[in-house]
Amino acid sequence: MTALLLLLLTPLLGGLTLALLRPLNLAGWLNLAVSLLTLGAAVWLAWLVATVGVIAGPYFRVDAFNVYLVVLTAFVGVTTSIFSRPYMRHVCASGKISARSMRVYHSMYQAFMLTMLLALTTDNLGVLWVAVEGATLATVLLVSLYRTPEAVEAAWKYFILCGVGIALALFGTVLTYFAAQHVMADPAAGLTWSALYERAHELNPTVMRIAFVFLLVGYGTKVGLVPMHQWLPDAHSEGPTPMSAVLSGLLLNVALYAVVRVKMLVDGSLATTATPHLAGALLMGFGLVSFVVAGLFLHRQRDIKRMFSYSSIEHMGLMTFAFGLGGPLATFGALLHMLVHSLTKSAIFVTVGHATHLAGTQAIDQIRGLIRTQPAIGWSLLLGVVAIAGFPPFGVFTSEFLLLTATMQSQPWFAVVLLTGLAVAFAGLFRHLHPMVYGPAPEGQQPVQANLLPVFIHLGLVLWLGLSIPDFLAVWLDRATQLITGMHLL
Amino acid sequence: MTLTVLTLLQQFVLLLAALVLFLSFVLLAQPRLIAAIHLFAWQGALIAAVTLTVALAGHAHHLYFSALLTLVLKALLIPWMLHRLVRRLGLERHTEALRWPALAMMAGVALVIFSYWLVVPMVEQGLAFTRNIVAVSLAVVLIGLLMMVLRQQAVAQVLGFMSMENGLFLAAVSATAGMPLVVELGVAFDVLVAMVLFGVFFFQIRESIDSLDVDRLNRLTETVDNEDLIQ
Amino acid sequence: MIIVTWLIAFIQALLIAALAPLLIGWVRKVKAWLQNRRGPSLLQPYADLRKLLVKEIRVPHTASPLFRASPYIVFVAIWLAAATIPLVALDLPTSRIADIIVLVGLLALARFFLALAGMDAGTAFGGMGASREMLISALAEPAMLVAVFTLAMTAHSTSLVSVIDHHLTDGFLLRPSYLFALGALLLVALAECGRIPVDNPATHLELTMIHEAMLLEYAGRHLALMEWAAWIKLLLYGVIIANLFFPWGVAQDFSPLALGLGLAAVLFKLMILGAVLAVSETALAKMRLFRVPAFLNLALLLALLGLLSHVILEVGA
Repeated sequence: MTALLLLLLTPLLGGLTLALLRPLNLAGWLNLAVSLLTLGAAVWLAWLVATVGVIAGPYFRVDAFNVYLVVLTAFVGVTTSIFSRPYMRHVCASGKISARSMRVYHSMYQAFMLTMLLALTTDNLGVLWVAVEGATLATVLLVSLYRTPEAVEAAWKYFILCGVGIALALFGTVLTYFAAQHVMADPAAGLTWSALYERAHELNPTVMRIAFVFLLVGYGTKVGLVPMHQWLPDAHSEGPTPMSAVLSGLLLNVALYAVVRVKMLVDGSLATTATPHLAGALLMGFGLVSFVVAGLFLHRQRDIKRMFSYSSIEHMGLMTFAFGLGGPLATFGALLHMLVHSLTKSAIFVTVGHATHLAGTQAIDQIRGLIRTQPAIGWSLLLGVVAIAGFPPFGVFTSEFLLLTATMQSQPWFAVVLLTGLAVAFAGLFRHLHPMVYGPAPEGQQPVQANLLPVFIHLGLVLWLGLSIPDFLAVWLDRATQLITGMHLL
Repeated sequence: MTLTVLTLLQQFVLLLAALVLFLSFVLLAQPRLIAAIHLFAWQGALIAAVTLTVALAGHAHHLYFSALLTLVLKALLIPWMLHRLVRRLGLERHTEALRWPALAMMAGVALVIFSYWLVVPMVEQGLAFTRNIVAVSLAVVLIGLLMMVLRQQAVAQVLGFMSMENGLFLAAVSATAGMPLVVELGVAFDVLVAMVLFGVFFFQIRESIDSLDVDRLNRLTETVDNEDLIQ
Repeated sequence: MIIVTWLIAFIQALLIAALAPLLIGWVRKVKAWLQNRRGPSLLQPYADLRKLLVKEIRVPHTASPLFRASPYIVFVAIWLAAATIPLVALDLPTSRIADIIVLVGLLALARFFLALAGMDAGTAFGGMGASREMLISALAEPAMLVAVFTLAMTAHSTSLVSVIDHHLTDGFLLRPSYLFALGALLLVALAECGRIPVDNPATHLELTMIHEAMLLEYAGRHLALMEWAAWIKLLLYGVIIANLFFPWGVAQDFSPLALGLGLAAVLFKLMILGAVLAVSETALAKMRLFRVPAFLNLALLLALLGLLSHVILEVGA
């Protein structure tokens, strides 16, 4: 319980302090320190879960599934804050934002981490909703940080679309509570996920079916599922780059986590009806559409950050599809894919931040010859894209291979679609990547001071996961798989 | 007729819920911004009254607090904030008529029928006398959504959003006799913060496009010219 | 017994025709008070009628026989319609042979001949008034029908008597559907009876008049009948609203005491309604003709909401 308190209080207090702290230089360091402390708490919590099993409190419940995402969230939080410190100082020095905006940035960064961790650790569906909505509120000001018309537009779209989506999710939550009223002895426990899960088979299937549609559309908006994805490319491309890294690497995961938790309840409730796999089928449908549409959209992008945000939609679609497919192999693959995608995508966004800094623009056809001007950035971008496109020996290859195998086993026809989609996405990424990395460098392009440590750490980890998955991680993921599907893979 | 088995207080709840729905329609069609804010406040007050009456009729004590929260937040605080923002933005005389008011009304009626159709199988599982209101609350949510689609003005869109939240509050009261206190406070906090942020955004939008007509926020599409991307 | 009930029905029909000028006099009187005038006597409409009835009839030489027949048809149709509604007593033979749909049909018949007569003389104003009247009725009729069906659905019958009977046996219930239907019927009544804010019965201004435009060519007895028919229509709507939504007091048997009480109750209710009408006419301004569709759309919306809230909130409550 202490570890949990530390985990949640650190970003809370950190965020409050950062809101008041004036010296900018110190703020960047403090942000990093708070993130590190949070990571420490997360690792402690993970160790406790590994030894004790499930940690449960009145409002909290930490098991193998969510502690895995907690550690991932805290880790990406640290590496992004390593990148963000010099990057944001540069942005501030270039006069794009004021010192006050910097304070907003740092405190909202921690507020965002808080909402993510709260959403992951809570056992209460209502608190989960509050935290996910809180994540929108914390990040929406960051998207409009640059105050350009595009940034304001992106932030407004983000606010309105996610606000509406999340409102529908609240309706779904109310319906779930309604269904729980019939089965729970203590009506106040009607939103406690673990209590609901125990009695999921008693929940009224009709109500849960309607509730799930609302919850899926609501949290699915946050996941970036097509057709509710409109906000995602805008918010990613117009916000500061560290924000894009955490949005892509963390927020989407947490929203998907919410969907999976709800799916577990609905599966329990629908198990004995005529349509036991309704939730899974819906997830597969949304996931596949997102996967294919985003892959096609990759081709026509002209903004580098927009391009990679479509790649995020594509990968979230793949994970949603895998969770919908169900079964231990697909779930194991999806969990692994969550990890490697987060690591790779945040590494890519960090690199892209440097690349746009170097070229002075986000337009793809103005970014040229990175490898000539500054080989480190060029190579990082190249390797990052190679990794995200699913080439061996990177971890994305492993997880995609697992997912394809699982699809082959149960739904062979979808494997064809997946393979085609992967090929289309691959082509889309590389047709843009090639000139950016290898093209002739424009005259007068100067190397910039780059901090590529987070990129190296992330890509190194992804490479490691591609070569061999360490035992403890495999056991950990297996336990999470067992929690979600009820079956062990290993 | 089964309405006869309900006590007068319970009938009153149904009546109030029907009025909430009616206000949703009037809000949808109201062209004057200030009048729309007042309507929104009345809608909030009605929902607080529904909550209070449910509390009185069902002896649910925790709902008294919920009614107070709704009244303060939805009928007083948020309308007051919106009013102040409208005054500071100089929009007191702003009007925006719907292009096809009759069509919008019919779309609203269709949404009510849709909500009913969606909720009917659920209502049969009935728990309390308020379960019939679930369809009404879903309709209020969807009409709020419709309002956000049909309106171009940022403040009017926010009114639509807040009216959706009203529908959600009504749903929480009618389907389940109120959410747990922690959740209710959390939701109220989120709505309040959202309102503050909306206020910030009104000024940011006006600063960037010199108006609050969000239809003019159309730079970010999939077919942007290269020039737009160079910052 | 049958003879007695028919007799009561006959007396009630006469009573309606007799009371109609009194209601209009009352409305005018209250309006005058509200405008700080003494106003004409309550009985002035009777005097007007008598005077018109004895005056010479003038008919435009362009008019066809239809022009002469129309006042009688209109008057009879509206009077018949009024005779079918329960004014003081419920279970009369007249109301057993005619339900709400016949009522609406009779009113439509009267309106049809009124519009034809307006066009018959071939003057510009008559045609204009007729076209406006038809526009308004085309918009008001759906709202009226939906509102009435809402009430009929509650009672599972389209007969006015059983609707009222049902309402009386249930006792006092807060029905959301009734509230909406009442709103819709009030708006429809204003439009159908040509009151402010849809039409102004007191003006002969060319550009705004609707009902008066159709009567411009009439004189003498014809005009008296037309005016009287319009007054009966106002009374008819008043009685429908009063007795459908506030049925208490109406006589359920034919004892003299119950009948007397019923009469007193309906007079009281009509007095209140008339005063309300006068207040609203003083407070509101006549709206432009182009706004009338929006006004009647509101009525239709209210009626639809009434229907929906009956289905959603009241069935299975």
